[in-house]
Amino acid sequence: MAVLVVAAHDGKTVRSNVANAVTAASQMGSEVHVLVAGSNAGEAAKSAAAIQGVAKVLDAEDAAYANWLAEDVAPLVVKLAPNYSHVVMAADSVGKNIAPRVAALLDVAQVSEAIKVEAPDTFVRPIYAGNAMATVQTADKIKIVTIRPTNFKAAATGGSAPIEQIGGTGAGGLASYVGAELSKSERPELTSAKIVVSGGRGLASGENFKMLEALADKLGAGLGASRAAVDAGYVPNDYQVGQTGKVVAPDLYIAIGISGAIQHLAGMKDSKTIVAINKDEEAPIFQVADYGIVGDLFQIVPELTAAVEKK
Amino acid sequence: MKVLVAVKRVIDYNVKIRVKADNTGVETANVKMSMNPFDEIAVEEAIRMKEKGQATEIIAFSAGPAQCQETIRTALAMGADRGVLVQTDAELQPLAVAKLMKAVVDKEQPGLVIVGKQAIDDDSNQTGQMLAALLGWSQGTFANKLHVADGTAEVKREVDGGLENIKIKLPAVITTDLRLNEPRYASLPNIMKAKKKPIEVLAPDALGVDIAPRLKVLKVEEPPKRKSGIKVKTVAELVDKLKNEAGVI
Repeated sequence: MAVLVVAAHDGKTVRSNVANAVTAASQMGSEVHVLVAGSNAGEAAKSAAAIQGVAKVLDAEDAAYANWLAEDVAPLVVKLAPNYSHVVMAADSVGKNIAPRVAALLDVAQVSEAIKVEAPDTFVRPIYAGNAMATVQTADKIKIVTIRPTNFKAAATGGSAPIEQIGGTGAGGLASYVGAELSKSERPELTSAKIVVSGGRGLASGENFKMLEALADKLGAGLGASRAAVDAGYVPNDYQVGQTGKVVAPDLYIAIGISGAIQHLAGMKDSKTIVAINKDEEAPIFQVADYGIVGDLFQIVPELTAAVEKK
Repeated sequence: MKVLVAVKRVIDYNVKIRVKADNTGVETANVKMSMNPFDEIAVEEAIRMKEKGQATEIIAFSAGPAQCQETIRTALAMGADRGVLVQTDAELQPLAVAKLMKAVVDKEQPGLVIVGKQAIDDDSNQTGQMLAALLGWSQGTFANKLHVADGTAEVKREVDGGLENIKIKLPAVITTDLRLNEPRYASLPNIMKAKKKPIEVLAPDALGVDIAPRLKVLKVEEPPKRKSGIKVKTVAELVDKLKNEAGVI
């Protein structure tokens, strides 16, 4: 049977993690379909059709889907689900919000944040902030799975799947969207950036994050933070890397003034190369770092910024 | 309006967990257990609603072995009024917990349910959304701010790009994110008082809920370890290593 990937999008393109979800989905079933639900989501549907490995795109147009309210999107997925063996979503804030609602309406379990597909019914997922890996098997007829995008290679573009228009299920009237306060940034998005520069409590103020911005801009890097830095109000919540924030796995992760609590390590320890800059040589971050420098970040970071070549 | 909060007993967040030698799970014997930190935030939010006169009674729900009474006592010491424990030694997965909670919600008729967005043991992030689905209620997940008035809840949510504001009809299920509030510590007099607050103990059967696990855990293993790295002395050395050894810049 086919696998349905439910794609989040901004109206123009589907999120980059949809390509990762398609890869995961192709390991679960014979054929991958992508659902793009939205209001005027035609462009986004086209971007989904261009992902290699996608056999069909379902474009569900309904004003109710404009802002991805779980109360309105879930009934659409529930209606389509019986045609599929699996429903797959990326484990981002959209997938985490909607997938469990779909699962409960179908009376099936959900596998959260799968990092590996062992078999169509068997998945590996991290528990305890990634300090243990559980292999779980589901006997449910329809399997609801959210996948951790960083653990699946993004499918290439260049495909041209047919797009089928399907009807909407309307608005249930339970919830309405008011607005968003999104962080504006020219930098690469944290979860897909090749390099991430991340700051912690050691930065001591939001003002000092400017120093990290300079380094990030020179490296073409995304900017992240530890929970401590977010809780202290230095940077907005969407910068948080960790167990309950974002999970990143860039080629290079530079942890600056971050001690390395297990909750933070959970979000970045799959990075290819990790650099730690910290004045405390006993800081746990050094246990996962490939390269560490013990010293004053206020000296080291400007020096590093000056030393690297602009990308 | 009654408010129901769910509190899960989990391994304390400061404990370094150990995978059992036979790979059947994680060692929980003789390990410090505490309330799931996100659930503490849920309890705190309910107490603040009561202090503002928006909540009349706070019911702390838990499900699991008899020791979950301690977790409920913690919620009672913080300020919840009474507890409900669905007692079982069987493994409970999110869908089963959501069904047990629905049965208690049907009985208690709260106007709002507040739960942690995820438990730090299984990291599922499912129960609140599942409960909302089963009840046919709206859901305000990953709440950063909550404002309840006139039969609606305005919820500021933590999402990938920043924050999002939604307005949902009550009754509703709220799941808490880290910045919603800072939970209080229970004072000694309140801990003493909590010992006298009632906890109702129910059996899953009595609620007519099938709690059989849907996911079979085949094995639990240690994650692969990272090779330990090196310390470099200078920025020049670091840049050289990143360029010529790691090849990442």
